[in-house]
Amino acid sequence: MPAVLLALLVAAMTVAVSVGAVTVPLGDVWRIVGHHLTGGGPAADPVTDQIVWTFRAPRVVLAALAGAGLAVSGVVLQAVVANPLADPYVLGVSSGASLGAVLVITLTTGALGGLGVSTAAFAGATGAVALVFLLGRRAGRLAPTRLVLSGVAVGYLFLAATSYLQLRATPTELRTVMFWMLGSVAGAKWEQLPLVTCVVLTGTAALVLFGRRLNALLVGDESAAALGVDTHRLRAALLLLASLLTGTVIAVAGGIGFVGLMIPHLVRLTSGADHRRLLPRSALAGAVYLVLVDLLSRTLDRPNELPLGILTALFGAPFFLWLLRRNKSLDTV
Amino acid sequence: MKLTVNGVHLTLDHRPVLRDVSLEVPPGAVVGLVGPNGSGKSTLLRTIYRSLRPRGGVVRVDGDDIWALSARAAARRTAAVLQDGNGGPTAMRVTEMVALGRTAHHGLLGRDTAEDLRAVAEALDLCGVRDLAGREVVSLSGGERQRVLLARALAQRPGLLVLDELTNHLDIRARFELMDLIRTTGISTLAVLHDLDLAARLCDRLVALHRGEVVAAGPVLEVLTPGLLGEVFGVAASAARHADGVVRVTYAAEPLAPEPSPAVTPGPEPRPEPSPRPGPNSGPGPSPRPGPEPRPTAGPEPRPTPALEPPPEQPPEPEREPQPSVS
Repeated sequence: MPAVLLALLVAAMTVAVSVGAVTVPLGDVWRIVGHHLTGGGPAADPVTDQIVWTFRAPRVVLAALAGAGLAVSGVVLQAVVANPLADPYVLGVSSGASLGAVLVITLTTGALGGLGVSTAAFAGATGAVALVFLLGRRAGRLAPTRLVLSGVAVGYLFLAATSYLQLRATPTELRTVMFWMLGSVAGAKWEQLPLVTCVVLTGTAALVLFGRRLNALLVGDESAAALGVDTHRLRAALLLLASLLTGTVIAVAGGIGFVGLMIPHLVRLTSGADHRRLLPRSALAGAVYLVLVDLLSRTLDRPNELPLGILTALFGAPFFLWLLRRNKSLDTV
Repeated sequence: MKLTVNGVHLTLDHRPVLRDVSLEVPPGAVVGLVGPNGSGKSTLLRTIYRSLRPRGGVVRVDGDDIWALSARAAARRTAAVLQDGNGGPTAMRVTEMVALGRTAHHGLLGRDTAEDLRAVAEALDLCGVRDLAGREVVSLSGGERQRVLLARALAQRPGLLVLDELTNHLDIRARFELMDLIRTTGISTLAVLHDLDLAARLCDRLVALHRGEVVAAGPVLEVLTPGLLGEVFGVAASAARHADGVVRVTYAAEPLAPEPSPAVTPGPEPRPEPSPRPGPNSGPGPSPRPGPEPRPTAGPEPRPTPALEPPPEQPPEPEREPQPSVS
């Protein structure tokens, strides 16, 4: 199954690089990628090379990384707050990131002008999560329900500020804001990829190591404690890792919704509840899904591009409703 | 393994929940923890399976303070079957649930070993749930579910079992079967039980908890006196050993008046309890575990159902003494 998913991912990424306003044959795609990776082989003509290597390849890689990060983060948060409706944004990450991004987009001439949108979004996400952690504590421990409710409250608080800024924005700024909030990998550049790759891969690997303990967390805090899990330290560590993943992804790709909610449930249906299998498979499935969604986002309405969030929700919402009807274990929660 | 709870104090939300609680579970013994709702039973258990750290006092398992051990090391000694958790939002399967018992035997990098598989397989067999291995836990009946949770605890290979209302919501046959199962494991057990009859039947000793304090501890009949039943549980009741060797609790129809004063005991007179002196052929053998208890099936010997009063025919000498004389 992981091998199949990996093959699917490679295939999806190749096709995604190949298809666009100009379709590049699959063989040329590989030749150009091989040329850049190994330095050997014949160089393609400069235009095709630029299309493949400078524009499409980084955005496809970023889409894969974002999908993987969001799916993994979703799996972890659903287990940690013991709620099937949890997604990567349940702790207010997206509202914080949005505020940071909107501040920079609408106040470019102000004090924040020098700051990049990504940096500001990451700072906003960090601030929101820190606030939620502070509010979600009780007697020094992070309580799941309190965390979720704090996340909702902080989300609304930040949304108020974001909405106010949007009202004052010019139409051009507003369009940028909308696009950012719905997520896009159109602006991907090679320079930003090493950091994102590093965070997503190491974060996912670390979370896989926690897989056995994540499984124990599923049976409730008391039983998990009796199974030998220090639930409070584990929860804090997992939330920090998941927030780092989400914050990084949202900083570079905006607020892509639904991936982190639907991919974990989809993979659970086929792989069961064991996080040691669930996490790597969700990462691969999330990557495949977002690569394909990104491909659609730039081919459905050519030459316009659609934000990813519109398409992920368009496919995600009906799927989610179907899942609700089908999954009997959701009734017991 | 031996459990020693010594002088445990605990306050939750500035309210004392446990006050100077001390008790002991000798190796291999089954000790029942009884008490009305809110008496602190489950909280006491939480201090034993290392979920709540007591403010004062020590909990020792096999001689070591459990808070001096890591969470994992403590869980390799103590396993618990609790009321919480049913597999969360996911459809966990029986094998996966039982395999969770191996969590404490691994660090971050541990992969499943042959030892893990053996422990899980043995636990599935012992609890008679091998046939259910592929089923989803949410689809099981109450009795099956409890067996699976017990299998998870056994897969942990503990020296001490902690059970919180293991037999709640189970039909009578399932209760007896589960209790027999625990007896056959030979693992030291501390069990919270609401059903006093079941507690009397299963346990070597009882500890009665009332408002966070131990009010009685010892052999079953020494704890379940009419005085204690009245004072702690607010019922007019008495316990006695019947001809088949089983201790039964008999309740009056009416509860006692509220705020029972210790003087109001409905029984005739405090019966001189036959001191748990072991009979000649029933002494505490090398194993503290008595054989399987006589099952009260449709009784072969016709006896009148016991009324409120203690049964008239007291066996002169119990043929089977379920209380091993524990130190």
